[in-house]
Amino acid sequence: MAGSTLASPSANPAGGAAAAAVSVSPARETWRRFRRHKLAMASTVVLGLLVLGVIVGPWLWPVAINDIDFSAQLQGPSWAHPFGTDDLGQDILARMMYGGRISLAVGLAAMIVATTVGVIIGALAGMSRKYADPVLMWVTDLFLSLPQLPLLLLVIYLFREQLKAVFGVEGGVFVLIVVVIGGLRWMPVARLVRAQFLSLREKEFVEAARAHGATKARQMFNHILPNALGPVIVAATIEVSSAIIAESTLSFLGLGFPPDIPTWGRLLFDAKDQLDTAPHWALFPGAAIFLTVLSINFIGDGLRDALDPRRVI
Amino acid sequence: MTSPILTVSNLTTSFRVEGKWKSVVRNISFDIKPKETLAVVGESGSGKSVTALSIMRLTPPQSSKIEGSIKLNGKELLTLPDADMRHIRGNEIAMIFQEPMTSLNPVLTIGFQIAEALILHRGLSRSEAEAETIRLLEKVRIPAAKSRFHEYPHRFSGGMRQRVMIAMALACKPKLLIADEPTTALDVTIQAQTLELIKTLQEEEGMSVLFITHDMGVVAEIADRTVVMYNGDEVETGATEDIFRNPKKPYTKALISAVPRLGSMIGKERPMRFPVVDRNTGESDVPVEVPDTVKAAERPVLEVAGLTTRFEIRGGLLSSVKGRVHAVENVSFSLMAGETLALVGESGCGKSTTGRSVMRLIEPLAGSVLLDGVDVLKLSQHDLREQRKRMQMIFQDPFASLNPRMNVGTAVAEPLLINNLASRSEARDKVADLLKRVGLQPDMANRFPHEFSGGQRQRICIARALAVEPRLIVADEAVSALDVSVKAQVVNLMLDLQARMGLGYLFISHDMAVVERVSHRVAVMYLGEIVEIGPREAIFQNPQHPYTKRLLAAVPIADPARRLQKRPVSNDEIKSPVRPADYVPPVRQYREVSPGHAVMIWGEEWEKKDPAAIAA
Repeated sequence: MAGSTLASPSANPAGGAAAAAVSVSPARETWRRFRRHKLAMASTVVLGLLVLGVIVGPWLWPVAINDIDFSAQLQGPSWAHPFGTDDLGQDILARMMYGGRISLAVGLAAMIVATTVGVIIGALAGMSRKYADPVLMWVTDLFLSLPQLPLLLLVIYLFREQLKAVFGVEGGVFVLIVVVIGGLRWMPVARLVRAQFLSLREKEFVEAARAHGATKARQMFNHILPNALGPVIVAATIEVSSAIIAESTLSFLGLGFPPDIPTWGRLLFDAKDQLDTAPHWALFPGAAIFLTVLSINFIGDGLRDALDPRRVI
Repeated sequence: MTSPILTVSNLTTSFRVEGKWKSVVRNISFDIKPKETLAVVGESGSGKSVTALSIMRLTPPQSSKIEGSIKLNGKELLTLPDADMRHIRGNEIAMIFQEPMTSLNPVLTIGFQIAEALILHRGLSRSEAEAETIRLLEKVRIPAAKSRFHEYPHRFSGGMRQRVMIAMALACKPKLLIADEPTTALDVTIQAQTLELIKTLQEEEGMSVLFITHDMGVVAEIADRTVVMYNGDEVETGATEDIFRNPKKPYTKALISAVPRLGSMIGKERPMRFPVVDRNTGESDVPVEVPDTVKAAERPVLEVAGLTTRFEIRGGLLSSVKGRVHAVENVSFSLMAGETLALVGESGCGKSTTGRSVMRLIEPLAGSVLLDGVDVLKLSQHDLREQRKRMQMIFQDPFASLNPRMNVGTAVAEPLLINNLASRSEARDKVADLLKRVGLQPDMANRFPHEFSGGQRQRICIARALAVEPRLIVADEAVSALDVSVKAQVVNLMLDLQARMGLGYLFISHDMAVVERVSHRVAVMYLGEIVEIGPREAIFQNPQHPYTKRLLAAVPIADPARRLQKRPVSNDEIKSPVRPADYVPPVRQYREVSPGHAVMIWGEEWEKKDPAAIAA
């Protein structure tokens, strides 16, 4: 529910006076509160390092990702190859930095698509008092009941070539994957938002806003949406992780990016046959996915708390 | 001399908050003798419920500690092992809670739930337990106990559920019953029934009662002795008569003077402020009648005629109309500028729906609502927004009616910005002015609602409603959720604002004593209809309709001298306004008692009631 745990039902007026003596903008205040959330701050640093690594890393570690060296097959970590090499003697660090750009971009973009679609549909359904609600929820149920993998196969088979022609090989697959993952994962968000809206729109403060003459849009954006945001943020952060993993699944099945583009999921797929002889091959990309997912979840928790003025941070 | 059942000495309960121990109850001492009723009274946050939980040792074990001594029949409870304590709970001390709606399991029949307790605690067989359960249900005066054994909790009204809870508490013949605000969530007539029941049962069973409440009226009705608590400390202890006649501490004086008393307004024409008593010195000012604010010569601000609101209950395969809730049925009244019209009645009588229909937050089915001569019900959405500047609403729950994510300044400024009455910088000045006007500091604008107490929040809501300079304010139970002293302050504020700004109030309340204090005229509602309307004095001194009389008789009086009198209270439940789909409401006739005082001519369903036969 929107009402997460309250700091105290009756506030201490004396204590609050000192804390809020200076006027600060809401964004500043949120940032101040976010900074106090230790786990979220640590996660922000970790995620920042990962992003920085995949962006500037290739310049600092200028090893070609397709530099085949048969004299150094499946080597463990060493100074020459910090993350070891794969079965073709390619440097895993270089490949991970290159692939990480795609994995992270897919994760974030798919999250944005899924959350935006989910919030819009959920909000429309939650605000409507007539036919939009049942219709939109039928659509949501329909999407939930679609068999996802066969559908993915079909969509990729049908549209890969056209998109490649427009956006290029990598760009085309990127758009396709983001749309497919985002388009098949908005339903939980929509359900969540609708449920929040249904309960919040009956709250007295929304009724008070109506009594003041607030338009529907104002009720929605100023009163209902901010209070529904907490669960949405958490759902969105989970969405990032599941999108990265979904991309991995697609790459694993050979449906994602072409096999020569080493996304983190693809690296895992390639490493699976050599797990007993070269575990490092799977461990490093696995750890990267793990760290990304974990830090994004913690950041989500921190954001949710920082945005809720009732929580004492 | 009889030795006390329960002796509490130097009870101090602390909770761990962010690693530090914070004491919530400090050095409380009292004892309860056999068959005695002790009331612990205090405002919210005074630690009265924590005291009760400490006696039962129901505070969370990891994050709380209880010090001092609690002796039940000479046996120390605080050092008892958990297993023995479990035996004490239920067997020797039973407890009933405030919220009867949530304290019964909705998927089990009530008979099963009571029988379960009997089987567990008293080791009865199932058939014995069922027979005993029926006996208990009869004991708490549930009509047709045998046939209701197999019914589920949702079939019971709030008052009946509280009776079931009492039956459950009595199951093991406890020596001590702890009642934590058992009547707070109930309507006045039901509250009167429940209090009467607890008194009778106490005599029959010979148990002691620890009664926790915030309501001085209830205390006067039920308690032999009273402990007054404030902010975790014991302020005053003594016989209830002494506390009321001769309060020693300033706080007790302040508390008692803030209690609205029914009948205190005899001979007064206009509303009166509550006396303000200084909590530290105990000195009181003398309240005066407010100046005459009613602009009787002008056209009424609000004229409501034939207002009808019904809700359809749909069901079945094709969701056809199975019945209708006749929430508001042919209601007509008018309200002058500067006048307060109170709508009173019990839950489900349609008073809130009337208020919301007037505001058009709910679309009424028929009727007209003229605000300064403009029919609100015929306006388009756009014109309605325009018209809403002239009428505003204050809600019951000050915790729910402010957006928790919006700071106070933004919340108060919102109506100004929505209606384009001010630019952002003008709004800031206006907000500061409004906050000052309701007795808050302008620099509080940056704080969030959760940083304020209930009374302060209600002031914020009033400031927000005043922002657009309305002519009419619909106050829907605006002071019902507040503590007595805060209630008095907010009522005083509303009266001051009425005098200054000439506001018309539609004051919706179930609290007859407050209504008597604030209103010029009163309308009594029953099952969606106004049964009696008239000047305040006429309604309170010369009630005509049987329902008005019953309502007035049920109000607890803060006068302990009346405690031993038996009051005739019926065991009736409040009837439901749900009607079958083909129900045609009867045409009502009104009779004029005196100028402005009209009463509905009632049918014979009211005549059959003989108060003596149903005193129970």
